[in-house]
Formats: sequence, structure tokens, C-alpha cells
Amino acid sequence: MNDLNTYLLVAAILFSFGVFGVMTRRNGIAVLMGVELILNAANINFVAFSRFGGMNFDGHIFALLVIVLAAAEAAVALAIIINIYNNMNTINIDEASSMKE
Amino acid sequence: MTEFTFWVIITLTIISAGTVVLSNQLIYSAMALLSTLFGVAGIYVFLWADFIAGVQVLVYIGGILILIIFGIMLTNRISSVRLSQTNVQQGVGGAVAIWLCILMSLVISKTPWFQADASEPVGTVAEVGTLLLTKYLLPFEAISLLLLGALIGAAVLSRKEN
Repeated sequence: MNDLNTYLLVAAILFSFGVFGVMTRRNGIAVLMGVELILNAANINFVAFSRFGGMNFDGHIFALLVIVLAAAEAAVALAIIINIYNNMNTINIDEASSMKE
Repeated sequence: MTEFTFWVIITLTIISAGTVVLSNQLIYSAMALLSTLFGVAGIYVFLWADFIAGVQVLVYIGGILILIIFGIMLTNRISSVRLSQTNVQQGVGGAVAIWLCILMSLVISKTPWFQADASEPVGTVAEVGTLLLTKYLLPFEAISLLLLGALIGAAVLSRKEN
């Protein structure tokens, strides 16, 4: 509990799960969930380093910026996915490979 | 007791993160993502970052997760044939993910990390707010512009063309 390695290992496991999800999912929304896992892993690292580096608050600011970026990214990604669904009637990202209809 | 709670939260986070990427039904993945995000908020509390934990619950669970569930509801046809959720790269993806995990665990456990002594702060909101409006004022303004642009862009993208 008071050891930096525990937090870093948890973040590494979350990151690996996220990478696995991004690589193997065929549904666009599931890929987005994998990206959220990766961003959360990065955030745990920021906050853990800020806590064990003598309670430095700079890490908290970076975590906040990452959370805001994740919100913006989720909004744009879902808009794109819904557009793909309206145009091609699928959200299988393996099929949606053409740049133009 | 605190130690026990800590390990329960860690286990919950990791198991539900596994469910997010391995579950066959998208809505189960979304529900597992809910408990993963709650678990991460708990980890922030153990790292003395109470403000970040609150923001995590507000923005991730109250905002992003709701968006994702809306996306699932809008794009799933109930009558459609249930397709497999994973593509053919499952073996390669699993191998790469396990390799990444082992590599990072080795690096983490072999590195002698610098750890400074610190005492638990009374609250972090005042410190974070002061930093945001002094040292990090420019990134703060830039990211608010980016958020505005992204939200307008999302609204324009998802609007029906006339």
C-alpha cells in the first residue's frame, strides 16, 4: 500500500489489457473502451509518481489534463462511430476501411 | 483494515479491466468499465489525490461512460445476428499484451525508484487550483479551447446532413 511498485504494476496490467482490447476488438466502441483503460493506466502512473515524489502536485495537473483529453476524445470518437454506422450500417472497424463511398 | 480495502480495490480493478476486454457482450463490457473506473478512483484516494478521484467519478463515470452506453444503444440492432466481438488477431494480440506486461513488470521491479518522504496533505483542491491558475495557466486555457473545439466538432459531425 505504501510502495510505488504496487501502483506501477497495477497500471502496467491495466495498460496491457487496454492494448489487448485495442488490438483484438472489432467493434469501434469496444476499441474506445480499450483506449480509456490505457489513459487510466497513464493517470495512475502520474498520480503515483506525484505522491511518491514528495507529494508534488504537478502530477495531479497532468492527470486532470489527461481526463479532459479523454472526454474530448470520447465525444469525437463516438460522433465518428455513429457517422460510420449511419453511412455503412456497421461499426465493425475491420469493414470500415474505405476512405470514400 | 485499510490494507484489506486496498487489495480488494486492486483485485476489483484488475478483474473488471479483464472483463472489459474479454467479455462477449458489449453492454457487459460497459458495466465492467464502470467498476474499473470506480476502482481507479479508489486507487487515487489511496494515493492522497482526493480531487482527482472526485473528477474521475464525475467526468469518467458521469460523462464518458454515459456517452459510451449511448453509443452502444444507438448502434446495436436488437434483431441483428450476434457477431463475434473479436477479430482474428486474438492470438497475436494476446501474445503482444502478455509480452508488454512482463517487460514492464521487469522494468518496474528492477529499477531502484526514488521515493521521497511525504506527509498526507489536508486537502488537495487548494493546491491544484493554485497551480492551475499560476504555473499551468497556459495549458489550462489551451485545453479549454481544445475541449470547446472537440465538442463543437462532435456536434457538427453527428448532425444529420440536410
